[in-house]
Amino acid sequence: MNETYDILILGGGPGGISAALTAHARGRKALIVSNEAGTSALWKAHRIDNYPGLVGMSGAQMLTAMTGDLKKLEIPVVTGRVTGVMAMGKSFMVSVGQDVYMASALILATGSAQPKAYPGEAELLGRGVSYCATCDGMLYRGKNVAVIGLSADAAEEADFLRGIGCKVEFFDKNRAKRYEIRGETSVTALAADGAEYPVDGVFILRDTVAAGVLLPGMTMEDNHIAVDRSMRTSVPGVFAAGDCTGRPYQIAKAVGEGNIAALSADAYIKENQS
Amino acid sequence: MSVLELTKENFSQTIASGDTLVDFWATWCGPCKMQSPIVDAFAEKQSAVKVGKVNVDENMDIAKDYGIMSIPTLIAFRDGEILNKKIGLSPIEEIEAMFQ
Repeated sequence: MNETYDILILGGGPGGISAALTAHARGRKALIVSNEAGTSALWKAHRIDNYPGLVGMSGAQMLTAMTGDLKKLEIPVVTGRVTGVMAMGKSFMVSVGQDVYMASALILATGSAQPKAYPGEAELLGRGVSYCATCDGMLYRGKNVAVIGLSADAAEEADFLRGIGCKVEFFDKNRAKRYEIRGETSVTALAADGAEYPVDGVFILRDTVAAGVLLPGMTMEDNHIAVDRSMRTSVPGVFAAGDCTGRPYQIAKAVGEGNIAALSADAYIKENQS
Repeated sequence: MSVLELTKENFSQTIASGDTLVDFWATWCGPCKMQSPIVDAFAEKQSAVKVGKVNVDENMDIAKDYGIMSIPTLIAFRDGEILNKKIGLSPIEEIEAMFQ
């Protein structure tokens, strides 16, 4: 088992960073799990003209300045994708690749990308559909698999699958637009823009695993995470901030919500420990 | 009740009679590391159900026989027959429900 934290923050954008700074100021041990900064939509923003004090900066400059604050305060950041979350009563276990972290509270700041499932994806999840090449790859040794590679590290993961003996059909972001996963009791084929590829497994690698998949039963509203004014989600101990809670998709809003989420998480931990 | 390490030597014999919970896992799987202590807690809590773990890396044949395509997978056996199968992380309440 890995280290234990007070607050584990999923997402290293403005909302997550703001939450981490406030958590740190409250004396809480925080950890951020994030993709590489370069993969975020903000990184590509040409110019931001409505964030106080930083008018005219590019998205990349702003994100670099913000992550610099994390370094200054020695707040740890783990690069990777969360593959599982488990509520354990008074704490949470979170798996990132092959590692597991414990925390008393979670803050979801996963951005606006709330993936929409492909036809067949939910029905065949665990029966040929997988989100985790390192978890399930070995079970497909010697078999035909398709990789729908939407995340930045997808090509690497496809190489990993080839390395352990899977026969990989790789779909990068541009190869097809419409996918359908076919099969009755388990996956038998992937249809990509109408063409059918017979496969035993389909690995769908996105930057973000849908919140509803990580925390089944969490209330969503219009494909966003439902929160109250204190940034509480419907799952006790889980808070959310930024684009994942809904419009407007603005940095100032994300930063404000991150601050509230961290204060609420701090209060939650205090209550829970007494 | 203690947790049994299941291999092809003792698998069939273990599940053949009574209720058995089998946890299919591997060392390279993060979510499996989260499932494991929950399975241990289930084993400790009761004595009606035998509990075993199959390392799929070392027991590919068993994994193949039961169509394991994603781990962690839990299978509840009753007298050798599959009673229930759960793919992905399962809290202890759901494990208990598998035998009801």
